[in-house]
Amino acid sequence: MNFWEFVLHYLSSERFVTAAGMTLLISLCSLAGGMLAGLVVALLQEVRFLPARILAVFYLWIFRGTPVMFQLIFAFNVLPSFGIVLSGFACAVLALSLNEGAYMAEIMRSGIRAVGAGQRQAARALGMRDMQLMRWVVLPQAMRIIVPPIGNQFIGMLKLSAIVSVIAVEELLLVANQAASSNFRYLEALSAAGIYYLAMTTVFMVLQALLEATLRRRGRPMQGGLLGRFLSATADGARVR
Amino acid sequence: MSDAPLLEVAGLYKSYGAVPVLRGVDLHVGRGECLCIVGPSGSGKSTLLRCLNVLEPIENGRILFEGRDIARSTRREAPEIRRRIGMVFQNFELFRHLSALDNIVLAPQRVKGESLARARERARALLDKVHLPDKADAFPDELSGGQQQRVAIARALAMDPALMLYDEPTSALDPETVGEVLQVMQELAEEGMTSLVVTHEMGFARRAADRVVFMDDGSVVFAAPPETFFGRGADIPDRLTRFLSHLSH
Repeated sequence: MNFWEFVLHYLSSERFVTAAGMTLLISLCSLAGGMLAGLVVALLQEVRFLPARILAVFYLWIFRGTPVMFQLIFAFNVLPSFGIVLSGFACAVLALSLNEGAYMAEIMRSGIRAVGAGQRQAARALGMRDMQLMRWVVLPQAMRIIVPPIGNQFIGMLKLSAIVSVIAVEELLLVANQAASSNFRYLEALSAAGIYYLAMTTVFMVLQALLEATLRRRGRPMQGGLLGRFLSATADGARVR
Repeated sequence: MSDAPLLEVAGLYKSYGAVPVLRGVDLHVGRGECLCIVGPSGSGKSTLLRCLNVLEPIENGRILFEGRDIARSTRREAPEIRRRIGMVFQNFELFRHLSALDNIVLAPQRVKGESLARARERARALLDKVHLPDKADAFPDELSGGQQQRVAIARALAMDPALMLYDEPTSALDPETVGEVLQVMQELAEEGMTSLVVTHEMGFARRAADRVVFMDDGSVVFAAPPETFFGRGADIPDRLTRFLSHLSH
């Protein structure tokens, strides 16, 4: 077999497909978990109740102050001694989510802060309570601001997920490395893994661009199918810039 | 209807740190009345409005609204009071992520619990009232300042307030759109909407106000119907005469 035949063989092999799926699944779950954790931590920082803010700062201190690999190994090796036994996958998602949450919190907080005091005051003047103005006025506007950085975080997450190989989760890079070590075809195996990574990041960059363009249209009804949307979205983007 | 004024302010005192902004404001507004508050900048006019809408805590005094002292309402009570008092801001502050119609629909739907269909129907009627029937789907940044301010008025009206507060509603507008906003405000006042307007538009005060109030240095110096206020009577305080002559230059 020549180079391309090997690469194609790896790309289509069940192990690689499963591993790429695992990488994608870990990334998606961790991003969702990270957004949830980040939103909670960001909102905790907005609350008047002091212990809530202290809790948020403590969280940020821990998870930004230690390496993500430390958090991963901690979840896998230390939690069982407290009676918490999780699968490798669960540990990976837990550690990556909590780590991501610390960065997401800062992104979300900057988005929340970017919605001006005047908007909050207008909502208050209409009789909204704090929760209502957050839900209906601040967060919808903050979301538009934070889509670009969240997209970047997701692409970063796809690549970061490779480190969960240290707790023996069968993700893409681990499988590629194992495949190569059996026949020393590193170039071919790593090329196949690289193609999967690039394909996934490319898909998400396109999705991110579509989402940004859609949000810029501020929820106006969409016309046509995906292609029509993409064309009108890019046209819209061009007009705005 | 009772004879008691809708709003009665007595001895209102408010300071920012050591700087007093309101030093004993007394004011009453009857149901259906339109009051214009004028005065030099820094006289406390806008702060007064913010206190009336419970957006600012006060140090001393009483604010009786619909017979109830709202000056020291709790964080729980304040939103319920604000639902009864509409407020229009200098910079409109329309919710930028929502269309004109949805700006008006939001509070009735989410705060009052009106059905979406009913809130929409009323929002369309309110857009007609502010002469913007064809702007329902426009977003704030697609509207002129005057149009945005009229949507903001409709948004406040959607909560069926007993009192409307306008905080320099035309100060941020291009001159050519000032008239359309004042027109809407005057029509509302003529329909009996109790209004309290902080403004520099003396023409509007002359035309639309039942009484004009002159504030200076944190208190009410003079209040009278427009014909007296802008007249040359002997009881016009010197400060007001000076203020009005400054404006005409």
